[in-house]
Amino acid sequence: MTRMLERALYIAALALAVLCVTSLAQYAMAATPIPQAPHDALHAMGPQAGHIVDLWRVMLWTCSLVFGAILAALLFAILRAPRADATAAPDLSAVDRAEPRVRRSVASAAVASALLLFALALASVFTDRALARLSLAGAVNIEVTAHQWWWSARYLDGGHADTFVTANEIHIPVGRPVNLQLKADDVIHSLWVPSLAGKKDLIPGRSASMQFRADTPGPYRGQCAEFCGFQHALMGLLVVADPPAQYEAWVQAQRTPPAPPTGAKAIRGQQLFQSTSCAMCHAIGGTIASAQHAPDLTHLASRSTLAAGTLANTPAQLAAWIADPQKHKPGVNMPSTPISRDDLDALVAYLETLK
Amino acid sequence: MTHATLEASMAADRVRMKDGPPAGSREARALDVTWDDPPGLLGWFCAINHKTIAKRFIVTTLGFFAAGGLIAAVMRMQLSRPENTLVGPDMYNQLFTMHGTTMMFLFAVPVMQAVAIYLVPLMVGSRTVAFPRMNAFAYWIFLFGGLMLYAAFFVNSGPDAGWFAYVPLAGPDYSPGKRVDFWAQMITFTELSGLIEAIVIIATVFKMRAPGMTLNRMPLLVWSNLVTSFMVLFAMPAVMLASTALILDRLVGTHFYNPAEGGDPLLWQHLFWFFGHPEVYLIFIPGLGFLSSVIPTFSRRPIYGYTAMVLSLVATGFLAFGLWVHHMFATNLPELGKAFFTAMSMLIAIPSALQIFCWIATMWTGRLNLKTPMLFVLAFFFILVLGGLTGLMLGAVPLDLQVHDTYFVVAHLHYVLIGGAVFPLFGAFYYWYPKIKGRMMGEALGKASFWLMFIGFNAAFFPMHWLGLHGMPRRVYTYQAGMGWDGMNLLSTLGAFTFAAGVFLSLVNAVASARRGAVAGADPWGAGTLEWSIASPPPPCNFHAIPTVHGRDPLWQPAPGGAPARVSGLAVNVREVLVTSVIDALPDHRMTSPNPSPWPFLTALATTVLFIGSIFTPWAVVWAAIPATIATILWFWPKHKDNSEDLALEKAP
Repeated sequence: MTRMLERALYIAALALAVLCVTSLAQYAMAATPIPQAPHDALHAMGPQAGHIVDLWRVMLWTCSLVFGAILAALLFAILRAPRADATAAPDLSAVDRAEPRVRRSVASAAVASALLLFALALASVFTDRALARLSLAGAVNIEVTAHQWWWSARYLDGGHADTFVTANEIHIPVGRPVNLQLKADDVIHSLWVPSLAGKKDLIPGRSASMQFRADTPGPYRGQCAEFCGFQHALMGLLVVADPPAQYEAWVQAQRTPPAPPTGAKAIRGQQLFQSTSCAMCHAIGGTIASAQHAPDLTHLASRSTLAAGTLANTPAQLAAWIADPQKHKPGVNMPSTPISRDDLDALVAYLETLK
Repeated sequence: MTHATLEASMAADRVRMKDGPPAGSREARALDVTWDDPPGLLGWFCAINHKTIAKRFIVTTLGFFAAGGLIAAVMRMQLSRPENTLVGPDMYNQLFTMHGTTMMFLFAVPVMQAVAIYLVPLMVGSRTVAFPRMNAFAYWIFLFGGLMLYAAFFVNSGPDAGWFAYVPLAGPDYSPGKRVDFWAQMITFTELSGLIEAIVIIATVFKMRAPGMTLNRMPLLVWSNLVTSFMVLFAMPAVMLASTALILDRLVGTHFYNPAEGGDPLLWQHLFWFFGHPEVYLIFIPGLGFLSSVIPTFSRRPIYGYTAMVLSLVATGFLAFGLWVHHMFATNLPELGKAFFTAMSMLIAIPSALQIFCWIATMWTGRLNLKTPMLFVLAFFFILVLGGLTGLMLGAVPLDLQVHDTYFVVAHLHYVLIGGAVFPLFGAFYYWYPKIKGRMMGEALGKASFWLMFIGFNAAFFPMHWLGLHGMPRRVYTYQAGMGWDGMNLLSTLGAFTFAAGVFLSLVNAVASARRGAVAGADPWGAGTLEWSIASPPPPCNFHAIPTVHGRDPLWQPAPGGAPARVSGLAVNVREVLVTSVIDALPDHRMTSPNPSPWPFLTALATTVLFIGSIFTPWAVVWAAIPATIATILWFWPKHKDNSEDLALEKAP
């Protein structure tokens, strides 16, 4: 009687375990609805991430099958074998007698595993090939440099005069391939925009590149994936895929320096920017501020986030960030600057004109 | 021979083997006195008995396990909700560095070596390990290295560049101060201990097996420790070299890793992972040995497929060195190279799969005794297999590029390490505790602890697969609200606390059972290997008479035709051991094993001063080398007294 109860318990426990894993696997398969920008390896929005999701499905189902089979074999072994305690004499018949049936089962399981592994390795290699086949005809070329803890992007297409720089927000045209040249300024970082492609490390002293294409317009969130020190956690970026016409308009806007500020407050803000420590690190196109130690602010007001994807770009958040960056990203390289309320307002008013 | 007569002769043989010189006889008492550690406080520092050292080693590593676990609990609390402010980035980066460093360098590999130091001599029928003083020295430097790391952590100088310490972040420019210096020196230091233990284990296994224990009769646990020790010999020097180059970059101004001066940050990654990947198998292969000890005993039959098992262990040991690059797929390596490392990552699954099939076959054809050790071992099949399968996913380059450095990898590595090592290790503790303490651990408490650990573990780590696929990177101290990661992180934190409660329950069980557990007797599980032929806890000399071996499970397989069951002729008043041949374990010669000595402890102390001092001034290397040299010379000072005593007392008991 207890034996039957025990069997029932084992079947129940193992069935429950398999049920949990398969249902959680189902859960893992489904992409979650994401309120802001997609940031999700299973939420593929371009061919590169798409091929990888296909490989993920093959892997998930094959591995679930193998997992189920091994657990089932274990369960049968536990249920089938009679019970014995420590005083029972060991069964030594196997010492001088072969066990041909067991041998056959073990050998065929091993051969099946080898074949399955070979198939998975092939699937991986074919996916790798598919990823390498992305056509780069008409690609947009951008040089992305990672810094502790922000990103700068230099658009290389066109002549020397046509290049321009943006920070923490990369716009790309929908349907056209993008070729990123990756560089690191200080330590190793890793660029990861999961909905568009897998990640790639940016290593000081080494060059690397990354290719992808977005097929649907919209913002996609990215993130540094290699531990890079203090604020690794808050080193995000946005990749915004625009319809072609909108993209061209954006490029033209970026190539044009922002109009000089009008209005007394904004003018005072510009003077403040240029006469205080701001200009020692940041650059603003068309002005005397040209330092490259911190994000380029030329078209700051047109970006949707601040502080490498950490804060929404609103005047209030901008003011809070300037007043005390250490509160939002402790340890970040931008110092907290004591600044009067009036000056802060003027500075924000000026920065808000940088469309 | 019928089954009944077989059993009868076996039982008689067991009695014979336990005999030796009769318990309480003059010879037995003399042996106990000869092999015991010296009394008193001074004796405590002089102890070299392998069981004493191993017990200290095990307790120390478990202490570090508890410390690493507490750190993990704080980390899980910080991540239980978005934008939490329990700890900031500075503390969090120290915490995860300390957690990884503690678990990998101060717990997982050392605890496996510590258990091996206790069990291997007992399982091969030897009175001690080879090089017992070196064994003691290895323990002391391990202890000092670990304490040095924690001392730094408590004065807010804990390393914060990750347990993998990638350069240039860990280099002089981006990690100024002493934090990474402590880390780099501690690594070199504790890995030295690992190397020494590997040499001790290899020499013990090859030269000190009881007569008749040919290589193909060696218990699988001994095989797994032999393979692990060889792997240590090849893997550890890589990381010691890497950490030495790092400390030179930091303190002396060399440029091994500085790209501006012709160095290369990828050199660090190659050296580190050439050690770091085999390290996983250093932890996992002894776990396989535990399974191969527990499963046959609780299936009441010898293991199925012994030869296949041994070949699998050796193959795993070899292949483990061929796949370090799968930690570096995102670093832009050549395509063909990546395909090779994908193939290797898949290939290494085959020997592990073969072992799993053999264990299932053993249970399938056996009669099961489902006690606590067996439950912990069964958990292996659920957890390790799942971790192994996600390992295949990571071996596929395209998929790795998505989930690398995300929580998916955190889930995977905990499934492999906790499923492959910690659950088998807990099974091993429940299994061998009676041998060490002479008392059984509580069965009910053991089962409760098992279920808490099993459920808690899965609740803590399974959701991390989901988190990684949905974009959560690892090594982040916080995450923003609205990413959709809140629920899974909370579940994971709750699971982690359940797991910790299970571990705590086992600890309570161990402490309570030390006094109140049922008296175990020599062989409470009815097992077949040599350590169960002697009293629990074992006498200081392990075996009053060295047994002879006639099969793979000596206690189950009797000596045929009245062959001698034990060896006589070793001195009782001198620490004399029997040395046997490598392959066939034929008696070769008798050798005197060293006596207790304070010098291993004092040498370790001097070496520690050298290593810690070097962080502050290179001159420490020079000045501390003097006492270290003096201590080493005194350690090895020949004592003619020992030899003359040896000759005078040579007699057959």
